[in-house]
Amino acid sequence: MTLDQLAIGDRALIKSYSEEDVALKLMELGMIPNELVTMIRKAPAGDPVAIKIGNSVLALRVDEASAVGIEKIQ
Amino acid sequence: MASNHKKIALIGNPNSGKSTLFNALTGLNQHVGNFPGVTVDKKTGSLSLRDDAGVKEKFEIIDLPGTYSLYPKSVDELVTFEVLCDPENPDYPDQVIVVADSTNMPRCLFLATQVIELNLPTVLALNMADLAEKDGLQFNIEQLEKELGVPVVLLNARKKSDVRQLRDLIAHPPERANKDFIHVRDFSPELLERVREAVKVNSDYAAFQVACNHKFISYFKNHPDRSEHIQELVKEHEFRPYRFQADESKKRYELIPGIIARNVRQAKSPREHLTDKIDNVITHKVWGYVIFLSILFVMFQAVFSWATFPMEWIEYVFTGLTEYLAEALPPGILTGLLLDGVLAGLSGVVVFVPQIAFLFFFIALLEDTGYMSRVSFMMDKLMRRFGLNGRSVIPLVGGFACAIPAIMATRSISGWKQRLITILITPLMSCSARLPVYTLLISLVIPSEARWGIFNVQGLILMGLYLLGFVAAIVVAFLLNLWLNEADRSFFVMELPGYKWPDWKTIGYTLLEKVRIFLFNAGKIIVAISIVLWFLSSYGPGDRMQKIEEKYDSIELVEGGLSADLAAAKGSEKLEASYAGIVGKTIEPVIRLLGYDWKIGIALITSFAAREVFVGTMATIYSVGDPDNETSIREKMQSEVDQISGKKQYGLPTGVSLMVFYAFALQCMSTVAVVRRETNSWKWPLAQFLFMGAMAYIASLITYQLLA
Repeated sequence: MTLDQLAIGDRALIKSYSEEDVALKLMELGMIPNELVTMIRKAPAGDPVAIKIGNSVLALRVDEASAVGIEKIQ
Repeated sequence: MASNHKKIALIGNPNSGKSTLFNALTGLNQHVGNFPGVTVDKKTGSLSLRDDAGVKEKFEIIDLPGTYSLYPKSVDELVTFEVLCDPENPDYPDQVIVVADSTNMPRCLFLATQVIELNLPTVLALNMADLAEKDGLQFNIEQLEKELGVPVVLLNARKKSDVRQLRDLIAHPPERANKDFIHVRDFSPELLERVREAVKVNSDYAAFQVACNHKFISYFKNHPDRSEHIQELVKEHEFRPYRFQADESKKRYELIPGIIARNVRQAKSPREHLTDKIDNVITHKVWGYVIFLSILFVMFQAVFSWATFPMEWIEYVFTGLTEYLAEALPPGILTGLLLDGVLAGLSGVVVFVPQIAFLFFFIALLEDTGYMSRVSFMMDKLMRRFGLNGRSVIPLVGGFACAIPAIMATRSISGWKQRLITILITPLMSCSARLPVYTLLISLVIPSEARWGIFNVQGLILMGLYLLGFVAAIVVAFLLNLWLNEADRSFFVMELPGYKWPDWKTIGYTLLEKVRIFLFNAGKIIVAISIVLWFLSSYGPGDRMQKIEEKYDSIELVEGGLSADLAAAKGSEKLEASYAGIVGKTIEPVIRLLGYDWKIGIALITSFAAREVFVGTMATIYSVGDPDNETSIREKMQSEVDQISGKKQYGLPTGVSLMVFYAFALQCMSTVAVVRRETNSWKWPLAQFLFMGAMAYIASLITYQLLA
């Protein structure tokens, strides 16, 4: 499952990255493997999406979110 | 600024309050330039401090662009990286201050530990102490200093007393940090050793960064032999930049929770953040757009109509000054140069200041409160299709009022390609300077009582012209998006920071900075072009000008003065004999196809100063004494007969063709000057001038040929 597939309110753990440059960019913002993320908002067109990680909120495009492999927390 | 002063670099995440701190340290002693070769604002300022002996020492503060890490992925980040990692860089600092948002410690420590490992004298400034306190965060500063190996100051950059601590640390800088958290040496010990031999860097970590990113560093572009050498080393030691960078990030974030746990205590439960609730409304699929449109509306009103009051005062002052000097100074070349060249140019520069100030007041307000990133969030999908960015909306709407502040507003667009496209299409929006041209021409060729169904045709045409510009902008953006190559993949990853009250001081500084940039950068070019245009329309080859002077002088002698009509006729004849007149006549065969005669040709040339100059030039050519009297200009133009066809010169075909021409052509020297400043090269304003000119010519040609 990838990050873009989460519904609003869903929580998940980051597991892997399918693109190296996306990985580098997101990891420096704190999105490292095994970190907890929450989908909190989607733009009116469904893209970009906003996720909560730690204390802060990050906006990223669906394109980038789809490069983040996750494990959903039920 | 002399380079022998000690240099202090400020580095920090976006939204960490770095600019506020920079303003607090330097006050009004600021200067904005460009980093060499790139279009990144280089903000420097100076700070004078007394040492213990009471001797004054001056420091140069450099405000580096905001970044989350040292890895260069965008131009902004590259600048930061080069300044800090290359000891031969002219801006290589003597001390670094890492500015961080104390309410977001993980991200703050990520950048801070990276910078500390560069082994420069470093200070960590934990900003927004007031918010951290509200969040119930308590810091063990002493312990944190020990663990990080650098002095740590907890402060609120908006408070003077807090900033004083930091000034003391600038006057008494710490030793080099000499801390190593990640031990990047372990990734590839031998390689780092060899890199450190090859380039003069201060730490293993800097060597590691060089090994990872040497491809991007401009220093190596100038020294290809060294670049190759590093490349060989990287290959020889099977160094894998991506893999190691990812490992580094991971290790760093694994290290950080420990540092936080040992040094930061959550004393009480954090205050409830309103941000989430506000966002539910502000990014709502209906209310979000309603709010955004309302804000755009107010902004547009401000730039389009409120700004006209101060603009009129400025014009009033300059007109008064010109009249006064014309009386006081003896007539001659120098007076002409001063009044019609320099002063006219200066007035053309200063008159834009209110619009710039109004637009940037709003933009700074929206940026500072955190609203602007929500605009990006909402508009991104729509704008992306045209190669634009969510933030392009503000410049584009601003362009309907005036392209100059609008183009300056593109600074906040992060991707270079998106920013460039926005700059290139913004002048296609029908700005307020086109309005006088449109109204004159519409009233000339369309009867005011003409109706199409229930609609007034004059109004329809005006709206059509606005739409024409807008649609053209979208089409051009689409084509440019296909045509321009992007050097690297653009990311849209950004923080949606918590909302906060605006800091009026920061907004004030932004206004001041933008006005300064415009006056001193673009202003020079505008005055220069204005002088050239003055020369072209005041001087002519041979003795024709002089003969006209003599002719009217003798009339004046005989009649004891010149009547207003005669003075106007003299102006008209002189303009015809001038270089501008000659150019107008020379280009007549080319513009004939558009339905224009040489008189319009002259107006096309002079109105490069600004579109509305068209009206004034028409007044001169048709020797209307008072250029503000639009009715008499219109009457004169209406009775003008085409000397070749014998038909009315300003019929529907020519009138509409001219309007279309002004809708497209880049008839505005100030825009050219601002694009030059914002793209840091003559290439783009020139390209823009040519493609908009070509569009104008072709569209007018089609219009005229269809209607004639």
